[in-house]
Amino acid sequence: MGDAFPRGKTAIAGAATFGIGEAPGQTSMELAARAGLLAVADAGLSLPQVDALFICLPDDLFAGMAFAEYLGLQPRFTDNNRTGGSAFMSHMATAAIMLEAGYIDCALIAYGSNQRSGGGKLATPAKSSRYEAPYKPLFPLSSYALAAARHMHQYGTTREQLAEVAVAARLWANTNPEAFAKGPLSIEECLASRMVSSPISVRDCCLVTDGAAAVVMTRTERARDLLQPPVAVLGAAAATWWTAISQAPDLTETSAADSGRRAFQMAGVKPADIDVVQLYDAFTINTILFLEDLGFCPKGEGGRFVAGGGIAPGGRLPVNTNGGGLSCCHPGMYGLMAIVEAVRQVRGEAANQIAGAELALAHGSGGTLSSQATVILGSLSTL
Amino acid sequence: MTSMPEGAEAFWREALEEGRLLLQRGVASGRAFFPPRIAEPGTGDAVEWFEASGGGTVYSLTWVGQKPPALPYNVVIVELDEGVRLMSRVEGVTAEELTIGMRVKARIGRDEDAAILLFDPA
Repeated sequence: MGDAFPRGKTAIAGAATFGIGEAPGQTSMELAARAGLLAVADAGLSLPQVDALFICLPDDLFAGMAFAEYLGLQPRFTDNNRTGGSAFMSHMATAAIMLEAGYIDCALIAYGSNQRSGGGKLATPAKSSRYEAPYKPLFPLSSYALAAARHMHQYGTTREQLAEVAVAARLWANTNPEAFAKGPLSIEECLASRMVSSPISVRDCCLVTDGAAAVVMTRTERARDLLQPPVAVLGAAAATWWTAISQAPDLTETSAADSGRRAFQMAGVKPADIDVVQLYDAFTINTILFLEDLGFCPKGEGGRFVAGGGIAPGGRLPVNTNGGGLSCCHPGMYGLMAIVEAVRQVRGEAANQIAGAELALAHGSGGTLSSQATVILGSLSTL
Repeated sequence: MTSMPEGAEAFWREALEEGRLLLQRGVASGRAFFPPRIAEPGTGDAVEWFEASGGGTVYSLTWVGQKPPALPYNVVIVELDEGVRLMSRVEGVTAEELTIGMRVKARIGRDEDAAILLFDPA
């Protein structure tokens, strides 16, 4: 046994974002609750029909309890899994199995952060371990820099190729009304931007924004009778191989290789079948690592895969079609925003809609490339 | 009542304070690992301490920029000759000199009130 998953038995019935970019005067819980209520309404459900809550907030380690109280619900199950930006994909795995088993009937997964208006920098209780802190790595940035430096050393990946990821994200963002960072961005500007922790410069880094997102999951049979076209959950898998970057067995390979392989197996599809890809791009190296680890290109080829506008509009593979964490929004734990964009693509309502998108992948990453989780979503025609 | 054994992390730090770089390995497997643990990762098997050779190779590196006039400092991952990796800093090198694959030698220095493991070019 192992990796049994109720393929397509559950679906995302409602999805919403709120306060993407700047949302001054709001608490993180207020933002999460607004997105949550919007997602419930989007599904055509009412709040009392929600009987399971899944949440992870940047500033509240006990957010599950706080969310239940805030919404005034007495859920059958509350999950406060906090594997960083991958938490929400793990929430989906748990919710799918519980829904299919009949343990719960309607799951609300939510996230919100006011980190831009509240402090202007990444809000996280996570920090370097006692074995790493004395050397003053920027947390989490230097860990990604170490991965990028090794990838460049091992595979010849260049800063220009990293910049390609940032430029592609900006091009998608430029035609997404919800995106926060818009305007021209060239490879040269990326290369000339201030070096933060080599080889990562300012333009290799995600935004610091506010924002909230939420999705509602039910059994697919029920979702068929609700307001929106159901977006079926075909596979969901998570993997954790380390917490500190120094403990990566191979600094150029993340456990996305495992979460992706298993999610694809559950879904019964392969990377070439996927129409649109949403990857947690906290830094430009992430996109390259995850394209490789998830099987969209061979290990070491990620830099060449993204070169020449490979993942930009009109490229070989549409990646981060909302602008991603680099140019749409990054409210600290972006994973749920990636899921919502995948839902919008499968529904056919995305700002940068990919024609005929039936299969979407959303991938989350938490910590310092530590926790990886992948979900594969499909339209009803994929069941 | 049995007495509580000393924690692995505390034991390692005490040794470092005494100027010794200790590592652990699985008694059965002989496989070295870091950071210190109460059992071998992956198996849960019994472990033993041994003194590291101090030799290593730079596995990856980054230079962290600071507001001028402060100069950038490096953060490296070193692979010790025993096969374990850890984060550290290589002292006395420029950005041009410090490269992945460079041989380095461990040295125990001071960081405020605590011993700290540092590396010099070998």
